Amino acid sequence: MNSDTAAAPPKRFGAIHYMRCMSGIVWREGLRFLHQRERFVAALVRPLVWLFIFAAGFRSVLGVSIIPPYETYVLYEVYITPGLIAMIQLFNGMQSSLSMVYDRELGNMRTLLVSPFPRWFLLVSKLLAGVAVSLLQVYVFLAIAWAWEVEPPLIGYAALLPALVLSGLMLGALGMALSSMIKQLENFAGVMNFVIFPVFFASSALYPLWRIAEASPLLHRICTLNPFTYAVELIRFALHGQVNWTAAAVVAGCMLVFLAGAIFAYNPSKGLIAKRGGPGGAG
Amino acid sequence: MFTEFRMYLWAIAMSFAFAAGPAHAYTVYVSNEKDNTVSIIDSETLEVTGTLDVGQRPRGITLTHDGKQLLVCASDDDTVEVYDVATRQLVKNLPSGPDPELFILHPSGNPLYIANEDDNLVTVIDLEKNKVLAEIPVGVEPEGMGISPDGAILVNTSETTNMAHFIDTTTYEIIDNVLVDSRPRFAEFSNDGTALWVTSEIGGTVSVIDPSSRKIVAKIEFEIPGVRAEAIQPVGVRLTRDGKRAFVALGPANRVAVIDAKTFEVEKYLLVGQRVWQLALTPDEKLLFTTNGASNDVTVIDVEALKAVKSIAVGRFPWGVTISSD
Repeated sequence: MNSDTAAAPPKRFGAIHYMRCMSGIVWREGLRFLHQRERFVAALVRPLVWLFIFAAGFRSVLGVSIIPPYETYVLYEVYITPGLIAMIQLFNGMQSSLSMVYDRELGNMRTLLVSPFPRWFLLVSKLLAGVAVSLLQVYVFLAIAWAWEVEPPLIGYAALLPALVLSGLMLGALGMALSSMIKQLENFAGVMNFVIFPVFFASSALYPLWRIAEASPLLHRICTLNPFTYAVELIRFALHGQVNWTAAAVVAGCMLVFLAGAIFAYNPSKGLIAKRGGPGGAG
Repeated sequence: MFTEFRMYLWAIAMSFAFAAGPAHAYTVYVSNEKDNTVSIIDSETLEVTGTLDVGQRPRGITLTHDGKQLLVCASDDDTVEVYDVATRQLVKNLPSGPDPELFILHPSGNPLYIANEDDNLVTVIDLEKNKVLAEIPVGVEPEGMGISPDGAILVNTSETTNMAHFIDTTTYEIIDNVLVDSRPRFAEFSNDGTALWVTSEIGGTVSVIDPSSRKIVAKIEFEIPGVRAEAIQPVGVRLTRDGKRAFVALGPANRVAVIDAKTFEVEKYLLVGQRVWQLALTPDEKLLFTTNGASNDVTVIDVEALKAVKSIAVGRFPWGVTISSD
């Protein structure tokens, strides 16, 4: 494949062609997701275990201090719900980039990247496909959480949507950038452990930042530098019908950086893929 | 014609504006035990609009039936202070006797019945004549005060004797005592006078008493997942006018229990601030205000949605709460 042709498609491609290409990628991702029922169940069970078991033990721990966007004391379940939503998206982002490692190993990636559309468009389409899947997971999770007294205002469910798209894109782009650095599937499990757990725990997902600051100023510093914290806060505010502009700006900025990294990395002639021997080269 | 149309639009817009907001703005008064102040809250904006300096250790608080005067038990000043609501000035002190903690007005608006915690007395005061009508000896550490809607029976609970004393308001004699669980704090009659709810702080229960037979007809217990049983200490109680629902403040459990007042089943626990003590409903029964002594705030509960909507910071150790009727 020639990168020049990929970067500049012939003029005859109109919006409709782009849409067709994108819907094809989204459709494939959707089909893949629906055919893997265990993946759907796993994606739901993970946050629900946290909500039902982990949060139950901490019920009386919180409700000490009121922090925005909350106007009164909230149960721990309510507090960690935005963190669990972000966790769903984090796993989803990593998993769809895991599928890119699969695609590379099995050669499907070649089919995708040989398409005449620009690479950035193909990768963004792939990301949007991943986000679409995560939206489904998040809203099903919220429906179940409702029965557990996690009852945000109705406006919050609508306001959540743009926040989810933004945070989903950021986490997906992160996964994509990481996946380009992985030579083989086996290595990916390690990256999952080295990325997902630190990213999730060193954030405001489980405890408010003021509480972390009380325990360790260093950890607090790490948490404030973690983009995942801002994804969680963006979701937390959106779920209460409010916009946290700082979080939105940080998430959007990080998304662009990760995306640029991924587009660069997936450039066969210049990027990391080239250094590793091109698409499918590892397999 | 165009102007008429605009007027019409304006009228529609206004009617929406009124329909969307709460029907009425009431004034909420909260006594802050440690700060020696009363915080004044607007029930519509849910913000503190003013603070009134009062005597030492203000606890029990109520408004006269005409809404013109605010009565505050200044426990450490051994008096009940009377403030003019309009001018916010101290009008007079009532000869309450030592350490007044809680009080209740007769349904007619006069007299006032005061529990004197240290003297094991209930003092009856004529508000207009500013004079003591009677001193009724009761059990040790009297606190809770309830009065039947017809004004015939006054109920006082004594914290150490663990009894609800039934007092005849004409003869000032105790006509009966009902033994309840440990440390009864509060007594509240239902609007129709057929039930009396008494909370027991240490016992962790609410006894519902039939005022005519003076027998306990139900005893309500509480269980909250994740909260120690010792932390469940029922104090303030409010019943809706239709007698269908009761709210009980559970002290250090930081919850208000919502109870079906017919079946005595707990429907829900609402998370509020720490050490929730007393409660007050707005006259339209749309909002419930709770005083949270240890977190220095007041939580507002939407009664219809059964949700805590906001917690408002007030002074230190908010204790009692009362709400204007208009």
